[in-house]
Amino acid sequence: MYKYIKQLTSLLAVFVVLFAFANEAMAAKKSKTLKNTIKKGFVRCGVSQGLPGFSNADASGNWSGVDVDVCRAVAAAVLGDASKVKFTPLSAKERFTALTSGEIDILSRNTTWTLSRDADIGLTFVGVNFYDGQGFMVRKDSGITSTDQFKSGLSACVNIGTTTELNMRDFFTSKGISYEPVVFEKADEVVAAYDSGRCDTYTTDKSGLAAQRTKMKDPDAHIVLPETISKEPLGPVVRQGDSVWEDIVRWSLYVMIEAEEYGINSSNASAMKASENPQIKRLVGAEGELGAALGIGNDWSFNIITQVGNYGESYKRNIADTGILPDRGPNELWTKGGILYVAPAR
Amino acid sequence: MDIKNTTKGFTNFFSGSSTFGKYFPQTLTVFFIIFIFGYFAYNAQVNMDNRGIDFGLRFLGEEASFDIQFSLIEYSGASTYARAYLVGVLNTILVAAIGIFFATILGVVIGISRLSSNYLISKVAEWYIEIFRNIPLLLQLFFWYFAALRALPLPKEAINFFDTAYLSVKGLYIPKFIWTNFSVLFYSIIASIVAIIFVFKYARKQQEATGKQIPKFFISLGIFTIVPLLTFLIGGVSLSFEYPILTQLSKTIFNYIGGVAIIPELMALAAALSLYTATFIAECVRAGIMGVTKGQKEAAASIGLTPGQILRLVVMPQALRIIIPPTTNQYLNLTKNSSLAAAIAYPDLVLVFAGTAMMQTGRAIEIISITMLTYLSISIVISIFMNWYNTKMAIKEK
Repeated sequence: MYKYIKQLTSLLAVFVVLFAFANEAMAAKKSKTLKNTIKKGFVRCGVSQGLPGFSNADASGNWSGVDVDVCRAVAAAVLGDASKVKFTPLSAKERFTALTSGEIDILSRNTTWTLSRDADIGLTFVGVNFYDGQGFMVRKDSGITSTDQFKSGLSACVNIGTTTELNMRDFFTSKGISYEPVVFEKADEVVAAYDSGRCDTYTTDKSGLAAQRTKMKDPDAHIVLPETISKEPLGPVVRQGDSVWEDIVRWSLYVMIEAEEYGINSSNASAMKASENPQIKRLVGAEGELGAALGIGNDWSFNIITQVGNYGESYKRNIADTGILPDRGPNELWTKGGILYVAPAR
Repeated sequence: MDIKNTTKGFTNFFSGSSTFGKYFPQTLTVFFIIFIFGYFAYNAQVNMDNRGIDFGLRFLGEEASFDIQFSLIEYSGASTYARAYLVGVLNTILVAAIGIFFATILGVVIGISRLSSNYLISKVAEWYIEIFRNIPLLLQLFFWYFAALRALPLPKEAINFFDTAYLSVKGLYIPKFIWTNFSVLFYSIIASIVAIIFVFKYARKQQEATGKQIPKFFISLGIFTIVPLLTFLIGGVSLSFEYPILTQLSKTIFNYIGGVAIIPELMALAAALSLYTATFIAECVRAGIMGVTKGQKEAAASIGLTPGQILRLVVMPQALRIIIPPTTNQYLNLTKNSSLAAAIAYPDLVLVFAGTAMMQTGRAIEIISITMLTYLSISIVISIFMNWYNTKMAIKEK
């Protein structure tokens, strides 16, 4: 008899524990980050210290760029106002610590998605907002037109703390070329050193090369070589362990891309509410309960599209019209020959 | 109750009149410190657990897979993070040692010049000190680095030193020494140093016993040149050079290949650190010399010592007691300031380990702790050495 009571008690204990956990899981649906963001009234977003096209502040402190737009989209989705974002400029070195320590809630800072970063250091990548690849810039008068002409003894200027150092080593080692890496902490010094002739080539992501080239004394004296030596999918990052917040950020980005796919933009979004297409109606919040599934208002996607615009608008405004990369290349929709293909919002 | 008695009791309690009063506050302080550190460690542990970050040093054994521009030991991208750390530490020590060496020489010269009776010399020294110590070091660093990069020619038009060394924007290229039977030479140098120590001891004994002075400096110089030279003649030691050769890499890109490259980052960093710290050392030296009373010099002169002997035998030994402690601080400052290297791409501990390695592994807490401990250890070693030197120089009460 005693034995049965004992078994029964332990069984009960197991149920109590399970129930407690289930309760816990339900409570977590109301994400801590989401709760804090609504309480504070703004989204805390980590960006770069100034990379034209991605995240750059103008003279009066207004941030713009495709990375900035991701944070604005989240603010529009969660708070209904795309301007309610507090931007924190971060160096490459500080960025992950700022996120894991809870100083910011989204890191949208031209950050490459890699296995070790995703798995190792308490981070979760939510998607890709720019497909980039590492390239090389050389002086035009050097006569080099391809990386095949690289020879041992070259010196390469590079920015610290990025995947660039790794890719550069992989590239040169696989080609059997010995080289001299000159590693700087800040991009301005990299450009200054390259400009003065300290280095023969400057390597970073091609979008970065294009952006930095516009800042140089004589942009036409430099060329970006055609080869791309790495895959650099850049995207926003959130802390590990808050899957609701992760979903909100992911779908805020996806909605921008999908809106472009369906031809919805900031000016026609209101008119699109009367569309025949149910997917368009879902995207502008005229049908379905997509917001509720994420724990936010149902006008979230409508707010994103009207206040921030679709991905194409964001790209045009920040990257194409500023002369950085007029050609969208891989960052074109999959329906138009690019590789932008996102899961459907339904 | 008498107030006076209460205060007295209170004072007694803490001033250690009883065993309890002696140890209780100290124990309390120790526990308090342990508690604070324990709390921080616990807090970090909890927060790291919450975010799914584990703590550990296993990453040190993993492949670093990044290259370093300048290394004193064998290193490639296939080496471990521990090796990369070692490269960074050695580069930090190298630039600190070069900086301390030149800062000391320059500081002593400037400090003595500052006291010169020659108006021009003392004014130049004064201006130098005022300018260099009042500009932030980081700005000086940028100035020297980018000024040097702008001023130096491209490798093709490099400044040529007798066809053996070349100075260009990519650094100073000097021939590489290739020794055969280097160990024989090495032992001969050690042997000659031992011999010189004996000569000095003998000379001192002779002087104390008979008052006769032996020209020990010239004898030592003789030993130090002749003994190693002999190894070339009979020890089978020989030396050849590998000269840097200008190589064309593309239409306009040239570089020197072979030899040893002293990178401009090292030169700029060493120059900025020495010029900056020398100003402070100069002031220490000036204070030290001025701290020796005039009567000492006059007394020394009255017993017939030459001005050189006065400086060497009377003034300096006394001045050193004043100079050493503050100069130790300057050495420590220089070592710590060398961490600004990261700004101009000199691969020191901060750039290599607390920079690239930290960003690749994402292990901020581990790497920053190791880096702090390393700087602490280097500083403590310098401190211990300087304290030893200070004790050696201190007045020995007889």
